[in-house]
Amino acid sequence: MITKTFTVLNPAGFHVRPIKAFVQAASQFPCKINVINKGKKVNGKSSLSMLTLGIAAQDEVTLEIDGEQEEEAMKVLGELLVKIHE
Amino acid sequence: MTQQLKGIGASPGLAIAKAIILKSEAYFPAKSQVEQPELEVQRFRNAVREAREEIGQIRAAAEEKLGAEKAEIFEGHLFILEDPDLIDVIEDKIGSEAVNAEYALHEVSQSFIETLNQMEDELLRERAADVRDVCGRVMNRLRGVENVDLSQLTDECIIIAEDLTPSDTAQLNLDAVRGFVTEIGSRTSHSAIMARSLDIPAIVGVGPDIRSIQAGATIVMDASEGVIFVDPNPEELASFGEKKAKYDQRKAELAQWVNRPTVSSDGHRIELAANIGKLEDVQKALDYGAEGIGLFRTEFLYMGRSELPSEEEQFNSYKYVLEKMAGKPVVIRTLDIGGDKELPYMELPKEINPFLGQRALRLCLERQDVFRAQLRALLRASRYGNLKIMFPMIAVLDELLEAKRILEEEKQKLVASGVEVSSSIEVGMMIEVPSAAISADIFAKEVDFFSIGTNDLIQYTMAADRMNETVSYLYQPCHPSILRLIRNVIDAARQEGKWVGICGEMAGDLTAIPLLLGLGVHELSMSAGSILPARELIGKLSRTEWETLSKQALSMRGQTEVLSFVQEHQ
Repeated sequence: MITKTFTVLNPAGFHVRPIKAFVQAASQFPCKINVINKGKKVNGKSSLSMLTLGIAAQDEVTLEIDGEQEEEAMKVLGELLVKIHE
Repeated sequence: MTQQLKGIGASPGLAIAKAIILKSEAYFPAKSQVEQPELEVQRFRNAVREAREEIGQIRAAAEEKLGAEKAEIFEGHLFILEDPDLIDVIEDKIGSEAVNAEYALHEVSQSFIETLNQMEDELLRERAADVRDVCGRVMNRLRGVENVDLSQLTDECIIIAEDLTPSDTAQLNLDAVRGFVTEIGSRTSHSAIMARSLDIPAIVGVGPDIRSIQAGATIVMDASEGVIFVDPNPEELASFGEKKAKYDQRKAELAQWVNRPTVSSDGHRIELAANIGKLEDVQKALDYGAEGIGLFRTEFLYMGRSELPSEEEQFNSYKYVLEKMAGKPVVIRTLDIGGDKELPYMELPKEINPFLGQRALRLCLERQDVFRAQLRALLRASRYGNLKIMFPMIAVLDELLEAKRILEEEKQKLVASGVEVSSSIEVGMMIEVPSAAISADIFAKEVDFFSIGTNDLIQYTMAADRMNETVSYLYQPCHPSILRLIRNVIDAARQEGKWVGICGEMAGDLTAIPLLLGLGVHELSMSAGSILPARELIGKLSRTEWETLSKQALSMRGQTEVLSFVQEHQ
């Protein structure tokens, strides 16, 4: 299992569209992906659960990934977290 | 396993057909255990698939109409239906707890909706609405709920609903609907009264257990007992068959009374008429041997639509009923709206006490455009039959005089313009407000007849809303105070040589009939289905018998005493 923390840069926080992109990407990986924000941990493959994290700009979000292709998943998903969506 | 539910038999009869579930806004599914969770999971998956197809179609339509960007919201909805924390969790819950899909869906989706609703960010709170929308679609598919157009039903069915509004009931396609079962309601609620007048079995007030009924389930309903079997087993089906045979036999026995006059064993003649709400009811009234129409509730011409009916449309309806009754008396009551009967398009102000508010004639005197149009339609139709016009809800003499003045004015105008109007239209009033019953001697000088509307008269006399279950025990038709009021009305009418009818539910009540006859009523108007049992009963009674009965009942202490006394003597 690997863990890494990212700072969300999107000024509007992490909302429906970025979450959708994140969840779609996460769902491509066979590994288990957890997203942690302000002490709450949810399944990174569920957009509804991701919504309930209420991720805002400048939040420190931790990814906890375990299983096959975990390194690659961390790279792709970490980039999505810091990417600025329109 | 067969499920058995119990409610209040509101309109007698037996029926068997598939359930159709009418949409209700707030739906909280009951929890039940399933024997084969894997089949339940499959049922859930099918519902999700159907909901996806439905959303896909809506998206395509929206894209065409509103553009791709606006249609994106439905893309988001489809995405929700793929969410593992929603879908997988629901499936797990069904599988591990062996519960019904509706319950699992409700529980899981509700936790998301509640969490999202509590978020500070407004945009996130809005997502709660999306989850509710999407999950609502799946729920509707699970329950087989559709926005059913009640007039377009073609397959035999039994309607399952939270409640039916009077306009719902009026729209039922009777070729398909075999009966209805509702969660709320009482014997005297409007849907129950309508069911009796339509002569279809109805069970009301079943309570929340009704929500466990699935669309398409086979329903056996015995409305005489108020019992419902869901997906009955063979034994139950067989016993239902026997019962139905007996019921049919009884119907056949009663049928011999159809074309006979209503005469007591000692030759005293009574007129039995039918209450109707819509045009189709006229044929039913004739089929059941009605000797007239004692009450045509014209408000049903105004309900279940988006604008007032035109004078022409009303004229055609009244003419139809008068012609169909071929010279038999037809009492048409002017618009009786307000109280529990609303007309959204008239935009009536909300009242704290609608039953004590501006309803019926009070409203007509205010909205004279509406009132005059109805009176003109009635007057023009008068030459096609034996019309009697009746004003509802009169409390004081001035109201009656004003209504009569307007009627006369419209009559003069029509005659002056060359329209033929019958010269023998009787004009009467409903007695349903205690003040009118008490001062009946004054009113009797101004009308040709009275018709006692017992439903309202009882509730106004007892000061108890018959729809309010906590006080509905006060709805006591045979209470001596009601009988005394009725006697007062009849005595006053007799003094002036006028006739009195009864057009409330009490008129068709076999226990009350001997008492009413004993008090001296001339006509009883009831649901068509009640006419034949009433005619049979009257044939067995004699005038001296019922006069003695009612005389004694008048001085009793309460309804219980009256009822047991009447039953002893039947």
